[in-house]
Amino acid sequence: MYRYDSYDQSIVDARVEEFRDQTQRRLAGQLTEDQFKPLRLMNGLYLQLHAYMLRVAIPYGTLSARQMRKLGEIAAKYDRGYGHFTTRQNLQYNWIKLADAPDILAELATVEMHAIQTSGNCIRNISSDQYAGVSADEVADPRPWAELLRQWSTFHPEFTYLPRKFKIAVIASEEDRSAMRLHDIGLKLVSRDGQVGAEVYAGGGMGRTPMVAPLIRDFVPEEEIVSYLEACLRVYNRYGRRDNKYKARIKILVHELGVEEYKRQVEEEFAHMRTLGLNPPTEELDRIRAYFAGPAYETGLDDSVDRSDPAFALWVDRQVAAHKQPGYAIVNISLKPRGGIPGDASAEQIALVADLAEQYSLDELRVTHAQNLVLPHVKKADLHAVWQKLDEAGLAEANLDLITDIIACPGLDYCSLANARSIPLAQKLSERFAAADRQKELGELKVKISGCINACGHHHAGHIGVLGVDRKGVENFQLSLGGSGAEDASVGQITGPGFSEDGVVDAIEKVTNIYLAQREEGERFLDTYRRLGMKPFKEAIYG
Amino acid sequence: MVEFLSFREGEVGQEPAVTVESFTGQSNSTAVRIEAGEDARELLPHLDRLSLVEVNFPAFGDGRGYSAARILREAGYIGELRAVGDVLVDQIVAMRRCGFDSFRPDKALDDAAVERALRRYDDVYQKTIDGRRPVWAKRHPETANG
Repeated sequence: MYRYDSYDQSIVDARVEEFRDQTQRRLAGQLTEDQFKPLRLMNGLYLQLHAYMLRVAIPYGTLSARQMRKLGEIAAKYDRGYGHFTTRQNLQYNWIKLADAPDILAELATVEMHAIQTSGNCIRNISSDQYAGVSADEVADPRPWAELLRQWSTFHPEFTYLPRKFKIAVIASEEDRSAMRLHDIGLKLVSRDGQVGAEVYAGGGMGRTPMVAPLIRDFVPEEEIVSYLEACLRVYNRYGRRDNKYKARIKILVHELGVEEYKRQVEEEFAHMRTLGLNPPTEELDRIRAYFAGPAYETGLDDSVDRSDPAFALWVDRQVAAHKQPGYAIVNISLKPRGGIPGDASAEQIALVADLAEQYSLDELRVTHAQNLVLPHVKKADLHAVWQKLDEAGLAEANLDLITDIIACPGLDYCSLANARSIPLAQKLSERFAAADRQKELGELKVKISGCINACGHHHAGHIGVLGVDRKGVENFQLSLGGSGAEDASVGQITGPGFSEDGVVDAIEKVTNIYLAQREEGERFLDTYRRLGMKPFKEAIYG
Repeated sequence: MVEFLSFREGEVGQEPAVTVESFTGQSNSTAVRIEAGEDARELLPHLDRLSLVEVNFPAFGDGRGYSAARILREAGYIGELRAVGDVLVDQIVAMRRCGFDSFRPDKALDDAAVERALRRYDDVYQKTIDGRRPVWAKRHPETANG
């Protein structure tokens, strides 16, 4: 894992003091809320319906046990005992007092963490694959690139007041676990003639105009990635729309200019940028890479798992993924218990997972964009012990990628932008489909719920997506089918008129019944939908 | 409170700045004002006769002026580069890093706050045109880029 050197630490420490100064000016009345707002938003502090919300960056979703433990301590000390893991692999506290925010940042800085650029119209936390470094099919570990870009994007002087927020993902596998093509810029590491570089996709995104990003360059060598991204961002900063915040994301610029014209402008700017010496030397990426060199795995371990306990075997089949190292496994921890709030973890649960990471996972854990956690390096011989401890803490749900593994935004229970409540709907769905056999029968089925058009719950990318809207003062839920955030990325199609909260649960059940009745051998829900199209589903729902 | 801030040695430009359109239309002016959305590159053929470029920020959140400034400096412009309009104390550092060397904000700035802001960060992660060595160069002093 990456560790700060004195430069990184001094920058984060300076940011804490800067924010303390700004907060004190606000509390003393020297700054109005209007003046303070842009300052706090640069540091992930939002004013929600009931309290301040602080969003903490978890760069590329990787954490040490020490960092996780600190997140739990903060939840207990400053929040109401909970943390909420987000679709950007970050963590939010929903019950923060303004006067405490500088102290929280100071505590985070002691474990090399911060809240820099977790909001605002700037480059946000760089996201990546939760299996980075442990999956067998990756070209290279994408996290050194993500860390290089974290540093490059931190307080970038030219790109801090962009037309709109800007999200970058870096992956390195054919299988896309990060919704890479639904980012403003997605990088996929590839190897060409023995050299690692990136395919660059630009102009993806969700929101009210969802788009899957097109490829704009098939290879940028690693030593030029910074200057190439500077070119992409400069074209966007200069020409992205600023007249309408709903048309301000880069996807609209790429769409309005056309992919070819955007590419041409970027190439022209890149030709200029590459003469300016903006790229760190290759030694810098090598320096960062050294931190991500694989941990000291034991060799000669038993590669089998004792499946004699049926409940354990069920969990293993669902939650455990193949690790590149024999004798080790990747453990997915579900934050989607029956009837629970997707992505929420109590301070005690966070502390327990920190302990498990330290004891059983070489001191490392990950956060996924689907709002779950991962222990990336667990010995197969330890799986049963890990499962028992998770089970005692209510964290042993076996539903990875099943219908109850729901992504949901905080919705109208917390968020001042929301039109509808996402959490109660997620809870009802979770109850309706709770039976383990039924979930298993339905197989991979990704349900994603957003409480407003901003699409924080990724509903466009849901195999089944739900969007909450306000209809003359009443919550209404629109259903969409056929989206995907994976390597086969697509945007879901709306079924038709919306539903009440209970109505949309019923409609989803009808949709799953059509799938079960009409699927062919080996088809996931998404495959059946793509083969049959909307018609039979629509008939079942509205007929 | 400070209404005008300059980091240049010697005289500051007093000539009223004209629009990009009238400047490029053969005017004798040596001072020009770029509005947000205007292309700074239109000035590149004329840099040698310019002594002041004002870049207007109509709202603090409109960041186009940062790119305009860097483009001019990257092209070798060495005259005064002035940020005007909705310029806030918490933006001065980033503006300096993009090449601005004078400021005339709509609302006067608190001198002490400006001082604190300028001294806040010892290190920066990016190479821009301000000559500050980025962290990566300090980490690798032996390399070509460092």
